[in-house]
Amino acid sequence: MIAAHLPVLVVLLPLFGGLLAALSRHNEAAFWIALVASIATLAAAAALAGQVMAGGPISYRIGGWDPALGIEYRIDAVSAPILLLVAAMGVAAIVYARRSVTVEIIPERVAWYYTMMLICLAGLLGMAASGDAFNIFVFLEISSLSTYTLIALGRDRRALLAAYQYLIVGTIGATFYVIGVGLLYLSTGTLNFGLIVERLPEITSPRALIAAEAFIVVGIALKLALFPLHAWLPNAYAYAPSSATALLASTATKVAVYLLARYLFAVFGIQRSVGPISVADALMALSLLAMFAASLAAIFQNDIKRLLAFSSVAQIGYITLGLAIANEAGVTGAFLHIMNHALMKGAAFMAIGAILISAGSSKLDELAGIGRTMPVAAGALTVAGLALIGVPGTSGFVSKWYLVLGAIEAGRLWLAILIVASSVLAVLYVGRILEVIWFREPAKRSLEAQAVPLSLLAPTLVLAALTIWFGLDAGFPVELASSAAKALLGVSKGALP
Amino acid sequence: MRLDVVLRVTTKFILAPLLLFALYVQFHGDYGPGGGFQAGVIAAAAIILYGLINGLAAARRIVPDAVLERLIPAGVLIYALVGVAGMFTGENFLGYNHLAHDAVHGQEWGVFLVEAGVFVTVFSSMVGIFYAFAGRRRA
Repeated sequence: MIAAHLPVLVVLLPLFGGLLAALSRHNEAAFWIALVASIATLAAAAALAGQVMAGGPISYRIGGWDPALGIEYRIDAVSAPILLLVAAMGVAAIVYARRSVTVEIIPERVAWYYTMMLICLAGLLGMAASGDAFNIFVFLEISSLSTYTLIALGRDRRALLAAYQYLIVGTIGATFYVIGVGLLYLSTGTLNFGLIVERLPEITSPRALIAAEAFIVVGIALKLALFPLHAWLPNAYAYAPSSATALLASTATKVAVYLLARYLFAVFGIQRSVGPISVADALMALSLLAMFAASLAAIFQNDIKRLLAFSSVAQIGYITLGLAIANEAGVTGAFLHIMNHALMKGAAFMAIGAILISAGSSKLDELAGIGRTMPVAAGALTVAGLALIGVPGTSGFVSKWYLVLGAIEAGRLWLAILIVASSVLAVLYVGRILEVIWFREPAKRSLEAQAVPLSLLAPTLVLAALTIWFGLDAGFPVELASSAAKALLGVSKGALP
Repeated sequence: MRLDVVLRVTTKFILAPLLLFALYVQFHGDYGPGGGFQAGVIAAAAIILYGLINGLAAARRIVPDAVLERLIPAGVLIYALVGVAGMFTGENFLGYNHLAHDAVHGQEWGVFLVEAGVFVTVFSSMVGIFYAFAGRRRA
């Protein structure tokens, strides 16, 4: 019985976990509920991924209603890797949270914090699992509202301002999305992705569709922090509690990218052009700007959390660039980088979180020589940094390899050169961190740093190890990414699975 | 406000009909306009009115914060559990057809219970928002 209900269980498990954590009103109990719920979610996501790989897309009708009337959950090769990634990062972030919340969150709010983490997971997983445009909006709001709360719970008073800033921008993004969905519904009469695709060719006047695409793409671009709509991200990541930053950086923007890919390839078609400019070209220009401008901004940051946040904006540029290249290698690279970047950025934010908790600062100039007193955390940060550059032997190399391959296959050698050139900027900002933490005489804070508890280091090290493993043996992620790419490009050619 | 006899007496008269009206909107939601959300707001309005007239402390004696914070997730839990109950009767999530002896009554029961969950969460959220704003000290 369970196997048939997996598509909805993957959303229900974290939802129930969140409700029980809130009802428990007990910090320790809330943690164990969160842990059990997130592990069960991961098991469900893994089982789903297995089913999809073996037997193709799975459809689930909520309440038994026909997709034309009700809501259909649809898990295919594109959404299965995203579910797996979000569920896995959820487990890592919750294990990490156990110790970090004791320092960063007011005790009365800890149970609520776990509730919000689980509800956020439920929202993100729902966005990936649902095949209904409006249902996705509901889940987008669920995940966004819990995200604002997570950020606002940060210890720094500026966290409130960051959360408010994100609230305004995020609400505009969600509103744009729902306006676009409304226009889509107006022209097709359905909210189900499959039916929308079926009915699109019958539409004679494309005007409403162009407006719908504009609204939806801009709305999602706000959520995924596509340059120049990224202004909310650095503050949100910098002032949120460490475990929340690790969770958000590795899941929230990734699910938004998935949604963008779903709309661009499966619904609107990436090559559609508005006037003389095609959507793919616009996306490519913005991606390139993100890769260079955000990397440049990262070089001049003093707070390591902010530096990594700007680097996230740049790395999202690589992912959207892969989508804009729109051939199999490019899209494979994009999906690979969704997974690889989640792992490396998760490891980086967890490592700097551990340093922040032990040494009391995440400022670059106060952390000189921290590598000598906290070698494990600094080591994980180094591995993640090298992966951000794309050094061979790390997962970042593999995803950039596919992006470069995609650019060359598309006959755009200059694009391949730009991808490599932008990595030089990553060398600069990662190099700054490495120089300070390893090669300088230990500063006062570094010498006073306390030992890091194992529950903080364990998830950090697991993510760092995966970053290296997927760099040496990329078979598993490449298989997931390339089947996602094949499914997306297959759909856009009109060959529905 | 304590000296304002008109307000206090009028409030006493209004409170009971207000709660009754909330129940009417809740249970009549199948046939007329209304349902869990509207009923929850009306019931919360009764508590908020009581709080406005008699002070926040008096309202908190009727609906304490601890109860409120349990009610908010409890309502969602009722909703979700009704959905899961459908799964145990061999339907998909939120399928109500097998909750009673035939599909029509099953749907009726399902929607009725789900609306009860909506009522609980909307009521407690509204009162919670009122407490949060009213309890804020002036900086």
